[in-house]
Amino acid sequence: MEAAMEGNVSEQAVAGHSEPHTSNRTYVGVAAVLAVLTALEVMVFFLPSLKPVMVPILLVLMAAKFGLVILFFMHLKFDSKVFSFLFAGPLLIAGAVALAVIVLYINYGAGKGG
Amino acid sequence: MSQGEAAALDHEYTTTGQPSRKMLMWAFIGSECMFFGTLITTYLVYHGHNVQGPYPKDLLSVPFISVTTFVLLMSSLMMVLALSAVQRGQKKWTRVYLFLTPFLGMIFLGGQVIEFTHFAHSGLSLSRNLFGSTFFVLTGFHGAHVTVGVIWLLTLWVQSLRGKLGPEHSLTVEIAGLYWHFVDVVWVVLFTVIYLMQGVHT
Repeated sequence: MEAAMEGNVSEQAVAGHSEPHTSNRTYVGVAAVLAVLTALEVMVFFLPSLKPVMVPILLVLMAAKFGLVILFFMHLKFDSKVFSFLFAGPLLIAGAVALAVIVLYINYGAGKGG
Repeated sequence: MSQGEAAALDHEYTTTGQPSRKMLMWAFIGSECMFFGTLITTYLVYHGHNVQGPYPKDLLSVPFISVTTFVLLMSSLMMVLALSAVQRGQKKWTRVYLFLTPFLGMIFLGGQVIEFTHFAHSGLSLSRNLFGSTFFVLTGFHGAHVTVGVIWLLTLWVQSLRGKLGPEHSLTVEIAGLYWHFVDVVWVVLFTVIYLMQGVHT
């Protein structure tokens, strides 16, 4: 019995230990891409010719940066899918509530009889 | 290993096979998504409805905040490098990266202090107009999160200086890192919503 329990525990290795997810080179590469995307965002903000399409471009760049950080720096790309569900579930709820409130405010908000 | 130690170690893992502490941090981060989601939504619906100034375009400086944004992004890089160093048992680099991460966080906070002071001197306050109320609450809560992260990381740095942060503690560093990256990812959204889309109204 005791031997079996020791076997189980040794399979789990040391409780506080975690393995490297990827190489340092990948981390530096992701950081470089994040820096470039940030520079692009600022460029889009200052270019008058891009004003009509500024919002969609900025939202795409923001989503790309968001994705890179959670996938590589927070390791969702390499970790168990349980963590992805724990993060994506509340994020979707927050996004849906935000969208609902914004749509309601635009249609029935201040100055529109609300 | 005694039966008691083995039982204690078993409690470190949930039935999913994942560490309890890491599951807890992800659940907390999920709740934080909803917390910041409500604050960002409030900022967006009130944006452009100020009856008196100062207005966002009078105060927000994109060049200045771009620099502090870059600093926070680089602190995230230092954080993953610190985790990598701990996991590989590189004591010297663990200390270096665990110092640089909160140090860059403090530079970011310094930028926020400069910005808040400038805004206050320009007449913006929590009660001045809708921009003041929503801006200070949103960025203030983010700054409070950064402050908590800085304190947490400094305690880990002190532990590493005392030689108490080896590969067997890498999960502790990973969990602190998850919090720090979340704070960074929230700023990715705030930078776009508050500063870059300042001229867009609902």
